[in-house]
Amino acid sequence: MAALLAAHGVHYQVGQAQILRGIDLAVRPGEVLVLAGPNGAGKSTLLAVLAGDIRPTDGQVTLDGRALHGIGVKALARRRAVMLAEAQVSFPFSVADVVRMGRAPWRGGQEEADDAAVAAALAATDTLDLARRIFQTLSSGEKARVAFARALAQQADVLLLDEPTAALDIRHQELVMSLARREAGRGRAVLAVLHDLSLAAAWADQLALIGDGRLVGAGPVAEIATPDRLSDLYRHPIGVWPDPATGLPVVAPIRGRRPVTPCVA
Amino acid sequence: MTAAARPAAATPGVDLAPGVDLAPDVDLAPGVAPPPDVAGPAGPTGPTGRAPVAALPPARPGRAAAVLTGLGLAAVALVIASAGIGQMDIPPDQVIHLLAGKLGLELGTAPEATNAEAVLMSVRLPRLALAALAGAALATAGALMQGVFRNPLAEPGVIGVSAGAAAAACGGIALGAGALGPWSTAGLAFAGGLGSTLLVYGLSRAGGRTEVVTLVLTGVAVNAVAGAAIALFVFLADSSAREEIIFWQLGSLNGTRWQYVAVAAPVVVVAVTAAMTLARPLDLLSLGERSARHLGVDVERLRIGVIVLVAFLTAAAVAFSGIIAFVGLVAPHLMRMALGPGHGLLLPASALGGAVLLMAADLVARTAVNYADLPIGMLTSLVGGPFFFYLLRRARRQAGGWG
Repeated sequence: MAALLAAHGVHYQVGQAQILRGIDLAVRPGEVLVLAGPNGAGKSTLLAVLAGDIRPTDGQVTLDGRALHGIGVKALARRRAVMLAEAQVSFPFSVADVVRMGRAPWRGGQEEADDAAVAAALAATDTLDLARRIFQTLSSGEKARVAFARALAQQADVLLLDEPTAALDIRHQELVMSLARREAGRGRAVLAVLHDLSLAAAWADQLALIGDGRLVGAGPVAEIATPDRLSDLYRHPIGVWPDPATGLPVVAPIRGRRPVTPCVA
Repeated sequence: MTAAARPAAATPGVDLAPGVDLAPDVDLAPGVAPPPDVAGPAGPTGPTGRAPVAALPPARPGRAAAVLTGLGLAAVALVIASAGIGQMDIPPDQVIHLLAGKLGLELGTAPEATNAEAVLMSVRLPRLALAALAGAALATAGALMQGVFRNPLAEPGVIGVSAGAAAAACGGIALGAGALGPWSTAGLAFAGGLGSTLLVYGLSRAGGRTEVVTLVLTGVAVNAVAGAAIALFVFLADSSAREEIIFWQLGSLNGTRWQYVAVAAPVVVVAVTAAMTLARPLDLLSLGERSARHLGVDVERLRIGVIVLVAFLTAAAVAFSGIIAFVGLVAPHLMRMALGPGHGLLLPASALGGAVLLMAADLVARTAVNYADLPIGMLTSLVGGPFFFYLLRRARRQAGGWG
């Protein structure tokens, strides 16, 4: 399927530092694309470029074939939702109010439909019983789920998630990724920055690896997540084993001093 | 482990759709997991069915109407009481008679004193009107600033906007620009307010947010420079201009005339009304500038709009009443405690609360000491300073220090 959101030869430079060096990436409807790579590889910068927060110094980003920077903020808010790595709210808003803010781009519609979408997003992320709590009083994992609920409530075609599972326990990691899949199943395009490659392998259609501002590989997870490529990228021996139950790749660092010859999934 | 052993992602008591087992154990393959159809195939605004909307708290707190009505009643009571109390006491029923008479109504008792009407109409009412306008303006400016700085400690007095406006106006007085009419002082106050707002905004922000300590220290610096400028103008001015400048520094509503009200009222009414239209984007801004933009807020335009409004509001208040600090801090804070942080309610409630607060403060300023008119700016600082201190302490306890 054609790309919904695409980066074409994107470079980004701050002062002398080259953060992104010629990235080509396509986020397609119906797919979950996971972006992974070491710290400082440029993942969050790429996400910011794809979200339209910063303009690339060279190359461009297109949404439906149109240049992203030519689309107004209001129109863009109806097309793509973003969940940032760190959710912060500066006044004591309730959880329900925070998720209601996700409906802001659709103002002018019916309030009831808005509240139904809000309640659905809260229920889906297992935060409905937190609805009356003040956001600041939540734990970081609860905050992350509420931020995810806000992005869901926005009901945009493109969902960009920056480390949506970083603060979550195992059950909620699986929950959030299953919801990302559900959104893709509804024809939305989902991009998630993840550090957990086993999680990525379980839930992603596509994996894009980024290192030092360059795309190291992009494609189906099983093709991209190879021990050699990962060990090289992360500069640490990494093994990939098939899960005995599902056959899906499980990625883990090889610990100890002996580099074992890993089996390939 | 079986699928049954793992609880679905259901909140107890929440009616989730069947097939909500969000993480099937065995088959984690992409596309194979049954998508939990909790939200339904909702379009942008389409109905989503099953969702337990009843579990949500209302978008507006239930006590909003009660709080606003209470403030309105307090304002009316203050007008009647304050108009009657003074060196010449006019009982409330006579005040009501005079006020109702202006509206063509027959109410209350006709006043005994012959000059009661003159005292009321030419001395007390313009002063009350200006107190209400200045209070509403400062409180709205405070609420706007707190919203755009994303920091509950921002306030025109604390961060030096009032002082900047006053310095420019004092310069005008000292150098004789005041002879050009009432608008010239107001215009200078506006220019000074705008300049110092831009300065503080430019100096205290880093990476899209404003740290408390940077904001307060920037305010210290701006207040110091503005104070020095005012001192210079005191030095340069002749003795009559000096007295006028001293009045500015202390803040006072003494000698208010209807002309002042006529200048301040349109500015305040227009600016407060314009501020209300920014309520929703200000709410979204509390998520941070990036998230606000993701939700369709033109953050740059919002910021500029708020800065201009704050400068207008502060200048309108400062131009005729001098520096009255902390109203913009106290009123929005009390309203936020009562009504929550949503700006749709916070802005109008702050305006009303600020008006009530300053009318009450002015009543105290006029009547606390016999035959003396205390500077109202001194009074508000006397109360507001400790309140500010309390907020700082609380911020430290809650957020673990300077954030």
